[in-house]
Amino acid sequence: MKFRSPKMLRTLAAASCVSLMTMGGAAKAADSTQPIVIPLHNWSSQVVMAYVIGGMFESMGSNVEYVPADSQAVYESIRNGDVTISHEVWQSTFGKSFYNAMAKGGVIDAGTHSATTLEEMGVPTWVIEENLCPGLPSWEALKDCPEVFATADSEGKGRWLEGPQSWHGDLMPVRLEALGLADTWTVKFAGGADALWTELASAKKEKRGTIIFNWTPNFTDADGFTFIEFPEYFDGCRKEDGGDGSCGSPKGWLKKAANYKFPKTHPAAYTAFSKLDFTTTQIGEMAALVDIDKMDHKDAAAKWLADNEDVWMPWTQ
Amino acid sequence: MMATLQKSKPLQLLLLIVVFILLCLLVPANEGNWLWRFPTLLKSLPVVINNSVDYLMFDWWLIDVWDPDIEEYEEKPLMRQVTRSISGFVLFLIEFVRELMLGGVKTIVTFTSWDWATENPWARWPGLPWTVVTGGVVILGYALSGVGLACFVGFAFTYIAVFGQWEPSMQTLSFVLIAAPTAILIGLLLGVWSYKSKTVEAVLNPILNVAQIMPHFSYLIPVMVFFGIGDHAGAIATIIFATPPMVRLTNLGLKKVPAEVAEAGLMNGCTDWQLMRRVLIPSARRDILLGVNQVIMQCLAMVVIASLIGAKGLGNDLLIALNRLRIGLALEIGVCIVLIAIVLDRLSLAWANKQTDYFADQSFKERHKYTLWFAGVFAAGVALAGIGQLIFKEGFNYLYLIPHNKGITTEPFWQAGVDWMWDTFFYALKGFNEWLIVDVLIPVKKAFLAMPAIATFTLVMGIGFIVGGIRSALIVGGYLLFIAMTEWWDRALITSYLMTMAVLISGVIGIVVGTLCAQNATATRILLAWCDTFQTFPSFIYLIPVMMLFGVTDTSVLIAIVVYATIPAARYTVVGLRSVPSELHDAGSMSGVNRFQRLFSIELPLSFPHMALGINQTVVFALAMVIIGALIGTDDLGQLILGSLSDRQGVGNGLVLGFCVAFIGLAIDQILRTWANKRKAALGID
Repeated sequence: MKFRSPKMLRTLAAASCVSLMTMGGAAKAADSTQPIVIPLHNWSSQVVMAYVIGGMFESMGSNVEYVPADSQAVYESIRNGDVTISHEVWQSTFGKSFYNAMAKGGVIDAGTHSATTLEEMGVPTWVIEENLCPGLPSWEALKDCPEVFATADSEGKGRWLEGPQSWHGDLMPVRLEALGLADTWTVKFAGGADALWTELASAKKEKRGTIIFNWTPNFTDADGFTFIEFPEYFDGCRKEDGGDGSCGSPKGWLKKAANYKFPKTHPAAYTAFSKLDFTTTQIGEMAALVDIDKMDHKDAAAKWLADNEDVWMPWTQ
Repeated sequence: MMATLQKSKPLQLLLLIVVFILLCLLVPANEGNWLWRFPTLLKSLPVVINNSVDYLMFDWWLIDVWDPDIEEYEEKPLMRQVTRSISGFVLFLIEFVRELMLGGVKTIVTFTSWDWATENPWARWPGLPWTVVTGGVVILGYALSGVGLACFVGFAFTYIAVFGQWEPSMQTLSFVLIAAPTAILIGLLLGVWSYKSKTVEAVLNPILNVAQIMPHFSYLIPVMVFFGIGDHAGAIATIIFATPPMVRLTNLGLKKVPAEVAEAGLMNGCTDWQLMRRVLIPSARRDILLGVNQVIMQCLAMVVIASLIGAKGLGNDLLIALNRLRIGLALEIGVCIVLIAIVLDRLSLAWANKQTDYFADQSFKERHKYTLWFAGVFAAGVALAGIGQLIFKEGFNYLYLIPHNKGITTEPFWQAGVDWMWDTFFYALKGFNEWLIVDVLIPVKKAFLAMPAIATFTLVMGIGFIVGGIRSALIVGGYLLFIAMTEWWDRALITSYLMTMAVLISGVIGIVVGTLCAQNATATRILLAWCDTFQTFPSFIYLIPVMMLFGVTDTSVLIAIVVYATIPAARYTVVGLRSVPSELHDAGSMSGVNRFQRLFSIELPLSFPHMALGINQTVVFALAMVIIGALIGTDDLGQLILGSLSDRQGVGNGLVLGFCVAFIGLAIDQILRTWANKRKAALGID
């Protein structure tokens, strides 16, 4: 047996090569049966939505495959055709990676969800209820109470815990400077989302003030999270657009991306995908099934699909 | 004066330190000053790498390929076709093993087509019930080693099934079952080759050095570009990471085989192949098995990282659990990873140590005992699953597969544990944390950043010179020069600061604990088992409790690094002390030394070279954790490597940053290794 196995492998390899070559010779008018590859990232709403979209494609007779992928690196894979779609492209966090991949060619914009997103610095709501820094959520209040938000390594200044530097570069340090807060405040870049959530949990236990970068819709909405109200965003206020950066974040879009071949290989599925449109409430519902009802991601998707046929059925027609 | 200086190393060191301090004081901090920061001549290197990779993957040697899906010819570059065929083959193997255990359609599709499989929905492979797989592994354990191993393996697999982690565990297992043997095989071949040819050894050595120290994140992106995303990419990255120790240990083992043994083989008329297969490799078994153990540990250590580029299974589930701060769930998943590592390690060890039995004239029943047992288990398992189908009406069958939210869970218990830890330790630790940051870490970090580049070069090259002469000084200087000419010198200084602090702490803890445990055989065994466990236990899990206690600060980063980097320091100390020959103990005792004198005058000096190598590994482990530290929040090289995942110039940036980290490690490696070798020669030990 031991000596036969290499030969067996060779036969298998040869057979698989042959079958790969002969695969799909016949002409087809309908969608290809090649699986549509949907990426799974590491937050609940995205995973549930992946299974929801997968279920929708399956109901149309397509084959679907799921693959775990890093949420920043995935755009390069869509470009190469290793992944077919991405259904949660957040403006400020993934916009850069998305447009970079688009500029290189191979990724197409498959429309925008109705859900608007906000990605901004904010405080847990109890910080306001306890009145740790009177005047919040207006940003002007920050001038008077940096010491409430100081940590051991901030050298007496108040600390903003921003996401990793790869998310928005120097946006927050520039904003601090432009708002005239830089003398009393400093920005610390966290390594990832886990670090942000841990900071939320530990600040709550210790009952100390904390300002972190966060977004909505997100599971933190359920515990109460308030975004700081900065001067309103307008076109051209950011430094890279020629402004001084003294404004908050815009209400952001949530887009869908696809590989450029997807409309050609799966015309019906692509049409459904481009019609697909979730609202903030729907995304919240999906996340809540997992985060609050503690359901399995797949079960949650199945339940959502069963409960909302009137929502998604029309997209598939 | 000069003559005394030439002879006395302490004097040389003193002089070096004086020069270093003078340079620090005299060179002004000014970006335009080349003595302060070197000109960044290599700034465009990442861009060059990127452009070459892009050219290779997208423009070089275009061939027309018929795409049946869009019914058009497409121009595809040759390189891409080649790498994608490799990916396809690796993926096929992984899917094949996976579907044996879990069922599925992809293997069938490989031999038919998606069209055919879609039209024939009956053509699905059913997968084995968990009872059958567990029974099979228990029989395997019994056949290889006996009741003890069978019990342990049975316990591990039942644990995995009962806690509802069966499906992700089997996904992970199938991926490891392809990655680990491939790494072992490649490692063995390269090890043998480098043993036979000096040229190969000379070429391979620097490559292995870099591959071992470079953070795995920095080659994730190139792997993704070349091989795509999915289990195969994860497997390939894992193989790159896991192979070097196997090559090293195979080579080392073969070199240690006494010439007499090889000659005895030759005298008996062995061919080259027989000599290798029947004489040399069995004689070098001890080191080769250590290599196998390391490969398996490294493979499982990569499970979480591999999931970032598409490996399914436990790693991915772990990341999702952590993102919701569900530490209990993450811990259960982590235990599964460790269990799989230990099971594979013990099974492979038992297989390698099994004696061939030469009994003739056995009856059919005796010869095929285990096959028959397995047939029995298979029949029973399938029957049970069939009965289960009738009993359980909720849509899932506990006797076939326990879904992951229906198993037992101990999550509330662990969660309570974390809360307890918080309540008990937080306020006590808070003061310590503040003191550490304000009085130690911040000043040290500032001191590192305030070093003029010329002073750093003088110090490091000077130490290289004192330890290993002009050759070492030049090698070390070369490594440093590369980093100094990229634009990341300051970032590298921060990495060095974190690493220095971590190595100091880990070294002290590791050597003290190792020395204490080495006094007793049982304590030694327990310590080594701990080392194995922590080496495979995903460090991501303890990041969260550590961050809760110490915040998003350098203290957390340091603790995360220390937990991991202490392993080699402790391991090498124990091994070094235990390998002091007992004759020397006896000789010491006869000369009338007491227990302490023996430890301090005989055992410790004799194992210093071993410990130095342990510290060397501690440096390697600390640098490997720099990237994990970046997940907490640092501003060093690790953070940039993490950022390059989303960068347009990601491939080049990732690789060059990876080289910077590797070169810090290699510079230290050069100094410590030279010192250890000289010491060994002086002490007359090998």
